[in-house]
Amino acid sequence: MTEVWVCIVAVAAVSMALKAVGPAVLGDRELPAWATRIIALLASALLAGLVVVGVLRAHGDDVSWPLLAGLAVVGVARWRGVPDLPAIVCGVVVTALLRLATG
Amino acid sequence: MDGEAIDQTMPPDAPRPDEATARRRFLKGLRVGLGLAFPTLLLAVTFGAVARDLGWGVVAPVVASAVVFSGSAQFALVTALAGGGGVASAVASAALINARFAPMGLAVASSLKGNRLRRAIEGLTLVDASFVAAHLGAGRFDRERMMGATAVQYLAWVLGTLLGALLAPPPDLTEALGLDLVFPAFFLLLLLDEIRGSRRARVAAALGGAAAAGLVLAVPAGLALLGSSLGALVGLRRRPDPDADAETTPPGDAGATAEGAS
Repeated sequence: MTEVWVCIVAVAAVSMALKAVGPAVLGDRELPAWATRIIALLASALLAGLVVVGVLRAHGDDVSWPLLAGLAVVGVARWRGVPDLPAIVCGVVVTALLRLATG
Repeated sequence: MDGEAIDQTMPPDAPRPDEATARRRFLKGLRVGLGLAFPTLLLAVTFGAVARDLGWGVVAPVVASAVVFSGSAQFALVTALAGGGGVASAVASAALINARFAPMGLAVASSLKGNRLRRAIEGLTLVDASFVAAHLGAGRFDRERMMGATAVQYLAWVLGTLLGALLAPPPDLTEALGLDLVFPAFFLLLLLDEIRGSRRARVAAALGGAAAAGLVLAVPAGLALLGSSLGALVGLRRRPDPDADAETTPPGDAGATAEGAS
């Protein structure tokens, strides 16, 4: 249990430092244009990474096919203009039904 | 409650005429946050339940959510500790996952207010969804919208963790109900919003996703995530994409705005 608390405190400290370092160091200065262009794209690149890692690592080394199918449903729902929450619910239902069907 | 939260975002020396618009933008952020509240809550319940299942008890998961406030880092921590990797590797993997906050903090820095200390404290309101929601294009961010979106997510995150730790549903049940989809689905929706109307963002996402896919089989998830951020290096290309002319999106979309900004 001590281990858990040490981890919590350490991760909290590191996370806060990572979030605070940019605003604390940069101050009023503007970033150069090339840096701004990279940063503008950072969210896209990282979000793609988060989706991929979430799918590939969610179940150890096995990809969960119902999970992938659910994600596809969420993507299609969004493409059809369905708002966030209903889109996610559609995906969750499909994933759950597929798992039920495939045991 | 809203009034109180808004007051906290207003610097005492702020020019008064900005107050109304700042308040409006904060309220807009709250609405964004409300849209994220349910997915955040679901995710938090999952974290609370998994941590409780691993013997964290009830208090530790809730404190973790309150002070770390990062789903990806907390899940990385739980996974690493459960895998028996020890404190150092658990903390390292969680830190690596959160390394993305350093460049994100740099990105929002010039949109924050006050001196260094104040900016640093304001920077703590930075989380993935708020970062994306507050992005105005061309590397500028809406400070009030970011804080509003974060305020709701923070409440949902901490309360959801408490709920999950108290209820402690078995992980099998979470999976049977398809709730493990919530986390990646949430990121997918944010991604689709982010790449809409910008060819360059789509390229960055494709490269980032490919890098993560290649890396995740060989290295810890935290490193794979860091690798995905390399996709953003496509921004080093100074010239507009040669295919941009063939694009169906009209001039003035997100990508074009980023290009044309002074």
